[in-house]
Amino acid sequence: MLEDRLPYLIVAPAVLILLLVGLFPLIYSLIVSFQRITMTENDTSFVGLLNYAELFRDTRLWASLGHTAIITAVALPLELLVGFLMAQLFIDRMPGRQIFVALLVLPTVISPIVAGATWRLMFDVRFGPIGQILSFFAGEPVRILWTVNPSYVYPAIIICEVWQWSPFMFLLLLAALSNVDQSQLEAAEIDGASYLRVLRAIILPAIAPVVAVACLIRGLDLVRIFDIIWALTEGGPGSMTETISLYTYVQGFSQFETSYTAAISFLVIALLTVITTLVLKRMELAR
Amino acid sequence: MRVGKLPARKARILAVRYLGAGVVTLLFLFPVYWLFMISFKTPDEIYHVPPLWIPGQIQFSNYYVLFRDGDVLAILNSLIVSGVSSGIAIVLGTLCAYSLARFGTGGENLAMWIISQRMIPPIAVVFPIFLIYVYLGLVDGYFGLILLYTAFNLPYVIRMMRGYIVDVPLELEESALVDGLNRWEVIWKVVFPMVRPGLMATSVFTFVFAWNDFLFALVLTRTEVITFPVMLTHYFGGQSNFWAKIAAMSVLGTLPIFVAVSVMQRYLVRGISLGAVKG
Repeated sequence: MLEDRLPYLIVAPAVLILLLVGLFPLIYSLIVSFQRITMTENDTSFVGLLNYAELFRDTRLWASLGHTAIITAVALPLELLVGFLMAQLFIDRMPGRQIFVALLVLPTVISPIVAGATWRLMFDVRFGPIGQILSFFAGEPVRILWTVNPSYVYPAIIICEVWQWSPFMFLLLLAALSNVDQSQLEAAEIDGASYLRVLRAIILPAIAPVVAVACLIRGLDLVRIFDIIWALTEGGPGSMTETISLYTYVQGFSQFETSYTAAISFLVIALLTVITTLVLKRMELAR
Repeated sequence: MRVGKLPARKARILAVRYLGAGVVTLLFLFPVYWLFMISFKTPDEIYHVPPLWIPGQIQFSNYYVLFRDGDVLAILNSLIVSGVSSGIAIVLGTLCAYSLARFGTGGENLAMWIISQRMIPPIAVVFPIFLIYVYLGLVDGYFGLILLYTAFNLPYVIRMMRGYIVDVPLELEESALVDGLNRWEVIWKVVFPMVRPGLMATSVFTFVFAWNDFLFALVLTRTEVITFPVMLTHYFGGQSNFWAKIAAMSVLGTLPIFVAVSVMQRYLVRGISLGAVKG
């Protein structure tokens, strides 16, 4: 009878597509990572862990992991902090709040490539407004090559990243903060507790689960960061801002190191899996 | 005395909050303003030192150039690829989610596996997918890109829709079944109206995800189905950035998102927060 098979029939198409496009490439990639296919050679004999051993000697790979870690470690707390401050500003009812929230969401929904391109125009040393504004406050011409100067490329990337994703944190935290038990807050106010004490004792524990999930989502996105950097610096100057995603791309599509790229991919997957598992474990412990 | 002072104090606090809100909104929207404004400037105004904050007049020649040179085809490609792929992902994903939620098909394992598919970093699969697509001749075609975006949106749709469907009271469906409706009618006439807000929010997000994707489109398109983010990066070239084109193309590529987001505004906030809270 059709009715009996219906549960499987309506699951099948989705699962089939996921197997085909999600799982199959991974298995294929896993096999390739044990072979030795490069741009010039199509050597499909198995070489064991050779490609994986190569990973440990690849200084550019570890440098790119370092760049990724720096960007994540700086941008994530900043986004969280800015998002929290924004949420605090809008937590109490005020007429027109909806309009502000709607406008503030815009950076988050823009394509990261557009965000990067926009900030590239903003940062331009001659025709961009950033230099002009800084010059105004400094009282003398400020000429910073944001996307080229080694001391400023990271700030440039992080400014763009924080601009785009703080509103995301803001939305989540606004929802979390409005769920904080009002009666507890009022009781604390009557007792004359200071804001910092209320924050530590009531607000933070209440929003902790949402903060953890938000950090996990954004953290995983930051580890994979590609688009914004591609649009702003293309990994440069040199390979100074090359993240792990950019490096994998270069190995795959510029050097055509097929097998080695596959090995890097599995390193990335392993890293992300470890991070996710650790974070989820900690979240469960906290509960 | 104190009672009389309170409203004044409240009004002051409100004024300060509006000031803060205004400043924050200006800060966050200024780059968007700058982008839109450049797209209306003439070349002389774009390359003016010091930068001009307001164009002399609103003129559309930068957009005209995009239409004349056929660059807007990239927007059309994006619309086709994102629209079709999110449509398919929504239909297949919602059906799958219904089965998972109501029949527990495949148990918790299948559900976990599907949701974990979303954790796979695109950079880790884009290269093998590229090799397979080259082998199958799917590079630079609509089908390949649509298939890929469908696959990458499915786990999200399934996770979100499963959450919404679980919230539909089971009794409603049971009484509809008793009344003689078959499963399809139950899904269509009972469940669908109940999950409509969730479905709206999920649709917008799947569309936005596909629309904003850069990496897959960069790798899997050449000339025929170039999407708008890839087209945009073609304008960055060494010393001579085509600023007018970058700005106008960015605006064209951002407008559909703005329209979708503002039309669906009331569903979105709930969608974002629910997605995060439910993990």
